[in-house]
Amino acid sequence: MIKSVIIDDEPLARSIVKEYLQEDAEIEVMQECGDGFEGVKAIMQHKPDVVFLDIQMPKITGFEMLELIDFPISVIFTTAYDEYAIKAFEAHAVDYLLKPFSKERFNKALKKWKEQHNTTDTKSNTTSLLEDGQKQPEEQSRVVVKNGSNIKIIPVGDIHYIEAYDDYVKIFTKDGYSLKKKTMNYFEQTFNAQQFVRVHRSYILQIQQITKIETLEKDSHIALLKTGVKIPLSKTGYVKLKAVLGL
Amino acid sequence: MGLLYALFFFLWWAVMHVIVIHRFGFSWQTALIDSTINNTLLLILSFAMVMALHYYTPSRSKSLMLFGWSIILSMACAVLSKLVLSKIYEGDNAYVVICHKSFLIRFCIAFLMIGWVMLFSWITNTMKSKQESEARKTDAEKLLREAELTGLRQQLQPHFLFNSLNSISALAGSKPEEARKMIQQLSDFLRGTLKKDDQQMLSLQEELKHLQLYLDIEKVRFGHRLSTEINANEQSMSLLLPPLLLQPIVENAIKFGLYDTTGDVTIQITTKTENSDLLISITNPFDIETAQPKGTGFGLKSVQRRLYLLFFRNDLLQTNINQNLFTTTVIIPQQPSAANT
Repeated sequence: MIKSVIIDDEPLARSIVKEYLQEDAEIEVMQECGDGFEGVKAIMQHKPDVVFLDIQMPKITGFEMLELIDFPISVIFTTAYDEYAIKAFEAHAVDYLLKPFSKERFNKALKKWKEQHNTTDTKSNTTSLLEDGQKQPEEQSRVVVKNGSNIKIIPVGDIHYIEAYDDYVKIFTKDGYSLKKKTMNYFEQTFNAQQFVRVHRSYILQIQQITKIETLEKDSHIALLKTGVKIPLSKTGYVKLKAVLGL
Repeated sequence: MGLLYALFFFLWWAVMHVIVIHRFGFSWQTALIDSTINNTLLLILSFAMVMALHYYTPSRSKSLMLFGWSIILSMACAVLSKLVLSKIYEGDNAYVVICHKSFLIRFCIAFLMIGWVMLFSWITNTMKSKQESEARKTDAEKLLREAELTGLRQQLQPHFLFNSLNSISALAGSKPEEARKMIQQLSDFLRGTLKKDDQQMLSLQEELKHLQLYLDIEKVRFGHRLSTEINANEQSMSLLLPPLLLQPIVENAIKFGLYDTTGDVTIQITTKTENSDLLISITNPFDIETAQPKGTGFGLKSVQRRLYLLFFRNDLLQTNINQNLFTTTVIIPQQPSAANT
């Protein structure tokens, strides 16, 4: 049996996917979800083999939802927006269905999924769904994180600093930190370079949070944040920070 | 009209010419022939000047050239009439003497006439071309404004269309009757969108009817999540507004409402009259915490631009945030003249 989950905010859009899937006795729809929050829960619970995912949905988009899932999944996007196709394929989507789609087109997507599923290990082709999904980084205005079962949307301006933490990063705000499985490079590229500076291999700072830069000894500096936290600055980080601050 | 005046002055001058020659002691016949020949030549040469200027208007810097032309033509006029007249009256010594003596006067008068005609037609031509270029400019501006208005009006979101078609596709399998109904609504809506012309203001009643089609389609798409409340004041129903003005605002409200919250969404539309102007408020819920800090979205910006182009006012669209409600208010002035200027 193949497990699937349908995530779309329009009930009729879900029903047509479900209708098309009924033809295929192998596939079972485990759950239908109206938004990304339900979607994350359903995926965690059912560990589906394939997810039919809309992009524009309430609160968090389909892409943001995918970032919250720690294990590889196969995704077939269903959307009326053609402008996300590149981003979707960069995220290693199995297929990208433009609404309205015909049954033939839908079956083709299913066939494609089955071929990929049988020949290669899904893990190898979908782990990258979570990694380097951003070949053409666009500026981010918010970050979606998950603390346990709570999903939080953090506006970029609320972030004090980011610290590397193994495969994760810790995103510090006034309420403590949240973990996210992303690389430091990802944030360095998608944040506004005038607002956030990579001051150290393991730290990205929001410059508005800095109250003081202290010199400990020659070539050794730290930044003092408004919250009292001290962040070490690397040699190049110190130079970059001075350039952004115009010193 | 100008030509008639010019001819009248020529005739008047020709009569004066006859009288002056007669007063010098020549017969009426001689005076008449003298005047006719001299002034016909003058008329022909003046006409030549007008024609020349009609096809070629020299720039301001070359206006001295016109002075030269006038001298040459006047000289030609004086010389030719002297030659012709002395030929006709070859034996009449008294006349030939006068003819020779009056050469300078004839030249001066011809110069005065031709110079005046030249100046007159030069000024007329310059003014005309100035007027024409100004008219062209206004025409171009008007066309540009209309094109911009058309563009602003027709910013129908293609996603709306594709998502609606997707819903119809879904209904076609399970509920064909409803699919048919939705096709009808979508067609009526699209037809209404395509034929509207900006110059023609619509009554609020008509605009709300059109809006209802849009809302009905969106309700089919989003199901129970979306509901609407329209509180239209009876008096305001007959007031006028530009066509399709409300749809992008409502579209914006629905987008904000549905994509910014996960619960059920009620869009409220309230109309009233204030100081004889039409006031329409559209309210949607939103989440102040997560709303993208973009301010007024593209939808509202285009509405604002459209209102400016139609009424030359920038204060007709206002937005207001009250707790978790976002309200957009449009004011439509009711002086019909304002919309047409």
